[in-house]
Amino acid sequence: MITGISIVSVWVLDQDAAKDFYTKQLGCELTNDIVLDNGMRWLTVRPQGSTGQELLLMDPARSMLDAETAAQVRALVAKGALSPGVMATTDCRADHDMLSGRGVEFTQPPAKRPYGIEALLRDDSGNWFSFTQRND
Amino acid sequence: MPGSRRYGDVVALSPVDFPVRGELRVRAGADISALRMLRRARDRIDRDYASTLGIATLAAEAGYSVGQFIRAFESAYGETPGRYRTRRRVERACELLRSVNLTITEVCMLVGFTSVGTFSRRFSELVGRPPSAYREEAARVGGPAPIPGCFALMWRTGLPAADRGAESAFPG
Repeated sequence: MITGISIVSVWVLDQDAAKDFYTKQLGCELTNDIVLDNGMRWLTVRPQGSTGQELLLMDPARSMLDAETAAQVRALVAKGALSPGVMATTDCRADHDMLSGRGVEFTQPPAKRPYGIEALLRDDSGNWFSFTQRND
Repeated sequence: MPGSRRYGDVVALSPVDFPVRGELRVRAGADISALRMLRRARDRIDRDYASTLGIATLAAEAGYSVGQFIRAFESAYGETPGRYRTRRRVERACELLRSVNLTITEVCMLVGFTSVGTFSRRFSELVGRPPSAYREEAARVGGPAPIPGCFALMWRTGLPAADRGAESAFPG
């Protein structure tokens, strides 16, 4: 039985900058920052309210990808084409205001949708996330 | 393009949910900092779609001449910044027409067009029918627009905040 997703991979352009952004600006907790034998830097953070899911902040240039593929992924991230998924919040409006105050970029302010209240945010690399408070 | 989605399904996961024309071109080794600047310019269009912000300003902020900016933007996103902004405005107009009880002229002005004629023409080109027909169809499928227009007029950024726990308190 599949019980959920424990780690979501997020391609980032600069792991040091991403570590700062995800911990200081988004308020995630750092769970791992390890360099593996093969040179891959295993950098994970956990949203504070999460019951176990982590984000794996991966540098395409230090991953399993070949150099050309890594460059393509970096370009896609930089131009804003990729979205790792939906961040869940219990109060979209209040968190939007709080995170905006910390300098997080929102491309769309909170708005009511049939499924809840949703905003769109970008991380420092260019990935966009839906930021959604779902209807009960 | 229209018809692939029912009007009742308001989907807004992407800032612009019309298909992008042209190919997504990604060159290996493309200049990452240039792409970031272009993305910032595009995000600015997404955020400030209704403003009179000129392409020249966006180009200057991204560190390009106007001609270079338009070419670089088109190379990255498959359409010119002006075209992208038009699609963004029309996409916002669709949402207002579905959800808010405003006149076509009011929607036109709210999303940043200054001429109703131009608005209707661009809207028809992208959506396949004029704004009035789009709204009638949306109302038929999903019921009349639920939110009184006076609230939307105070809100220039997409949907009005009908959900601050006061939904039932609208005076109409």
